[in-house]
Amino acid sequence: MKRVFSILSFLTAVLLVYGLYQALVAAPTEQTMGDVQRIFYYHVPSAWTAFCLFFTNLFASIAYLIWKNPKADALAVASAEVGVVFCTIVLITGPIWARPVWGIWWTWDIRLTTTLVLWLIYVAYLVLRRFSDTAQTPVLAAVLAIFGALDVPLVYFSIWFFRTQHPQPVMGKGGSLAPPMLYAFLMNLLAFTLFGIMVCWSRYRLELLRREVEAAHAMESLVGAETSAKASLPLSRSVR
Amino acid sequence: MNGIKFLFAAYIATWFIHGAYLTHLVRSFKRLRDELREMEKK
Repeated sequence: MKRVFSILSFLTAVLLVYGLYQALVAAPTEQTMGDVQRIFYYHVPSAWTAFCLFFTNLFASIAYLIWKNPKADALAVASAEVGVVFCTIVLITGPIWARPVWGIWWTWDIRLTTTLVLWLIYVAYLVLRRFSDTAQTPVLAAVLAIFGALDVPLVYFSIWFFRTQHPQPVMGKGGSLAPPMLYAFLMNLLAFTLFGIMVCWSRYRLELLRREVEAAHAMESLVGAETSAKASLPLSRSVR
Repeated sequence: MNGIKFLFAAYIATWFIHGAYLTHLVRSFKRLRDELREMEKK
């Protein structure tokens, strides 16, 4: 497994460098927006990866609710955290693109607002995981994750169902890209998806390790308590 | 439209966030492994 991880990590790094080259050098400059359009090659793949991770979180949460498998819960935590990282990048690169193109950093447009709400829901999920330590926390978090995932299709389809300032999708219904631009976009999409998987995998392993350490601490304190109880037993008998 | 500074700002922000998060992951791994090793020694 370690070997597969190393090979995939290397492949991801190569793809990310190639994607960067495609985005900054190989892809032609867009006529209306100029170089600022190249932000799109990072913004959209980051959004796609965040959505995939939030869906992973949804499926892992459902799996946890059904089977109560701690590994599913660990995957839910990992995917939510990495998803928030990618969603943060979407919320930062979007306004950086909007400032020169729209003339404003932010507007309360449906796509932007639903994305911000999505980010806030998953930040709330992580806060719940971080600061609540009861046996019911994974169940509560799994239910919150199901509600949070309902916002993902709302974010995606909002630009079709509502009047919005946000550009229409570049693939499928609503738009088209020149072949070299499409190639650069697909390379970055692939690179970011793979990168998201690798980071999520690492975070999942970290979560399992954290739980192992936590269990070892609990065992240690249990053994410590037993030892001190045994040591104090003759003393208490002698007192009697 | 000269958007080069915005372009670099977006790319630098992206890699700064990823870099910071990966550093956090590596440090957490190291801390937990050390903790586990310490407990095994005991």
